[in-house]
Amino acid sequence: MAEVLVLAEQAGGEVKKVTLELLTAAARLGEPAVVWTGPDADKAQQRLAEYGAARVYVADGAEFGDYVVAPKAELLARLVADKAPSAVLTASTAEGKEIAARLAVKTDSGVLTDAVDVTAGEDGAPVAEHANFGGAITTRARVTRGTPVIAVRPNAVTAAPAAQPGAAELVPVSFTASEAAKAAKVTERVTAEKGERPDLTEAQIVVSGGRGTGSADGFKIIEDLADALGAAVGASRAVTDAGWYPHAFQVGQTGKTVSPQLYVAVGISGAIQHRAGMQTSKTIVAVNKDAEAPIFEIADYGVVGDLFTVVPQLLDEIGKRSG
Amino acid sequence: MNIVVCVKQVPDTASERTLGADGTLDRASADGLINELDEYAIEEGLRIAEAHGGEVTILTMGPQKASESIRKALSMGADKAVHLLDDGLAGSDALATSYALSKVLAQTGFDLVICGSESTDARTGVLAAMLAERLGVAQLTLAGKVDIDGTAVTVRRMSDEGYAVVSAGLPAVVSVVEKINEPRYPSFKGIMAAKKKPVQTLSLADAGIDAGEVGLAGSATAVADFAARPPRAAGVIVKDEGDGGAKVAGFLAERKFI
Repeated sequence: MAEVLVLAEQAGGEVKKVTLELLTAAARLGEPAVVWTGPDADKAQQRLAEYGAARVYVADGAEFGDYVVAPKAELLARLVADKAPSAVLTASTAEGKEIAARLAVKTDSGVLTDAVDVTAGEDGAPVAEHANFGGAITTRARVTRGTPVIAVRPNAVTAAPAAQPGAAELVPVSFTASEAAKAAKVTERVTAEKGERPDLTEAQIVVSGGRGTGSADGFKIIEDLADALGAAVGASRAVTDAGWYPHAFQVGQTGKTVSPQLYVAVGISGAIQHRAGMQTSKTIVAVNKDAEAPIFEIADYGVVGDLFTVVPQLLDEIGKRSG
Repeated sequence: MNIVVCVKQVPDTASERTLGADGTLDRASADGLINELDEYAIEEGLRIAEAHGGEVTILTMGPQKASESIRKALSMGADKAVHLLDDGLAGSDALATSYALSKVLAQTGFDLVICGSESTDARTGVLAAMLAERLGVAQLTLAGKVDIDGTAVTVRRMSDEGYAVVSAGLPAVVSVVEKINEPRYPSFKGIMAAKKKPVQTLSLADAGIDAGEVGLAGSATAVADFAARPPRAAGVIVKDEGDGGAKVAGFLAERKFI
């Protein structure tokens, strides 16, 4: 069985959830093999084995952090040439997509980004499912040339431990990035204050606030509800445009696309541009004072009412139930 | 400085968007406008040219209709435009598009190529990285800030974790994120001036593009099938009678979220 390469995303040896999701998808297509860039592969070995990794190609070099994107694409291109995998999977994150993009050019292969599912077609080749225009249309696409490169959206495939754990054999790869791959040098990294909340695109629950919150101060109730539910905070464009909440948290057409198990839209009317970023959420709950708001057309449960009375009551109820 | 800004005309995101029988976007039936994220790229190009001198060229690949977007970009203040226009390009995927644009860029020459971070229709977000790879120049993408100092470019590469400061020498490909600047509106003077600005139309042959490498047939991906997503089952909508919060809690408990 041919290998399927999975580019791992990790921080300090801690594997990101999306990498486990990629391994689950890869097992449908062939034998999953992880490509690990940087140190600490040994720390992740057991977890990767649990999710079915047969092998872990480890390239531990400083260049992956010192230069943007290109060294990782170069490493993958070399592994594609050496191992002839049947596909390469990356996370459909900003960086994962760019790595996939450069790999596709290097290997003259088709690339599919933002896949919400990957399965094997009748011929065994991967078929990627996409939710286009904010989930209004579902397309299934194939790669018709080269080695399929597919970037899979975080939180879309459910990660499942393999029935038969893999060996996750650590295979060192000696790799030095070319001068061409070192054109864009990282000179400094500034980490934003992150807090305790889960990542917006990986969260199981997202609580988003819209224009109805009225102000930066009014938006605080969204954070309170998110914290009560262990959720990530999102915001509509009206909110980020007004500066009530940082732009990085915008959900919608020009912001983040999320598909959590539960999406709670508070004071959001649900314009088409917002729906484009959250329509594939499994369950949608909406609170809005306008009964005609389009968000109610896609809500599984909706309350027409003032968020400043509904949400505090909801917070009380959650408090009571949790103990 | 020779600055080329890549601009795509896309269907209005507020309109209903559909796919044609071949699985490609039905561009004819929707109102077209400049991809919103490209407006930030145009603005950034204009600001760099104003601060450091140089010329801003708009590069667009698309059908005849895309000339509307070219005109708008020129009325914002760009100096000239190149329109890659050929029926053979229809249905090109990202790989084919990046090939075609790289051929034109090789012809126009450039110090800086600026793109929006993604288009609002396909949303692949891969084009700038592909162009950097094809052109063999530095990739300075997802910029929330661009600084030019002589022949060095430094950007803030934005991410969910914060940002990285990334530097390279010119030439380079830059992509900019939403909100990097406030795109200007075309002035009346700008609109009038745009009518006289040169727009060069190139066919595949003019640009030396291999017709077998572009279009639906030359693309390396294909849509197998597509379907409208089944409408969500109608939900339960209740009016708050003083018990709205409790009712939501009841629903969340029933679904095991709390």
